[in-house]
Amino acid sequence: MLVKPILDEALCNGCGLCVDVCRCGALVLVKKIIKIIEAEDCGYCTQCELVCPTGAIQCPFEIVIEETIEIGPEE
Amino acid sequence: MAIEVALLKSIPYFLGLSTAELEAIRKYVFEQAVGKNDMILMEGDPANAVYFVVSGAVKVFKTSVEGKEQILCILRPGESFNDVAVFDGGPNPASAIAMTPVLLYGINRANVETILRDYPNLAANVIRILSKKVRHFVSLVEDLSFRHVTDRLAKLLLEYATDHGTVAGEPGARPRLTQQEMAAVVGTAREVVGRSLKALEEEGAIRMDRHRIVIVNKKRLEQMSGVGAGSG
Ligand code: SF4
Ligand code: SF4
Repeated sequence: MLVKPILDEALCNGCGLCVDVCRCGALVLVKKIIKIIEAEDCGYCTQCELVCPTGAIQCPFEIVIEETIEIGPEE
Repeated sequence: MAIEVALLKSIPYFLGLSTAELEAIRKYVFEQAVGKNDMILMEGDPANAVYFVVSGAVKVFKTSVEGKEQILCILRPGESFNDVAVFDGGPNPASAIAMTPVLLYGINRANVETILRDYPNLAANVIRILSKKVRHFVSLVEDLSFRHVTDRLAKLLLEYATDHGTVAGEPGARPRLTQQEMAAVVGTAREVVGRSLKALEEEGAIRMDRHRIVIVNKKRLEQMSGVGAGSG
């Protein structure tokens, strides 16, 4: 499964800035609460995290050393 | 579209003004709609107006001679930009780009002067807003010039990759870090972390691989972070 940004719906104020900044349409507001769809398109650009005023979106990074990459979790 | 007094009311610059006063100010305000990813201001151009974000988000940034971008701030509804240039008469100190479709309200320099003369109470708001900006920029300057953020970030990446890289348990137990968390650990702003990561990538020390930061030149990171200095 593809890693996607982590959303905290409880923090979301429904402002929609993340939806507008996202170039791939991975984010949608459903009843003013943020949801993620079609995450295959998400390039992990972190723009949504950057623009969110409430910290409701997190794009955490895994930090690995080149040789150890094969033991990584996915793909 | 007409300038709406209700929207003006939500802008901190106009805090404390009555509806009647805002009605009077309204005639000085112009509206500007900007498409996503369109430039609003270019650094160095003459400053004509102060802008307020009504909807959307604006990124204010500077570009170095080598073309590196440093984000200064992200502005959201209610916030202003280009005020410094309008007050001191100099050129735009930074560039601004629309991160989303953006609606702006603007006031031309001459009109700003008129408004401040007619409504001197506004000066207190302006001082508060400018002071907040100065505080933000002073801390950015400190991070960018005196403290070796990139070196400390190099150290953090190494520590995470080595200390936590072999965490027991199922794959994926590896702790992950957001840029905000990296900023907090390194003691800087997220804006600075973004640029430092780019710098490390351009140097060939790391590679950004979607949600992974891959350390490709461990030696280089060790040199930067002072770990194993002298041992090569
Ligand atoms: S930017 Fe943040 S607060 Fe606004 S809709 Fe997106 S997740 Fe919610
Ligand atoms: S990381 Fe980028 S592509 Fe992915 S959801 Fe956020 S804004 Fe969209």
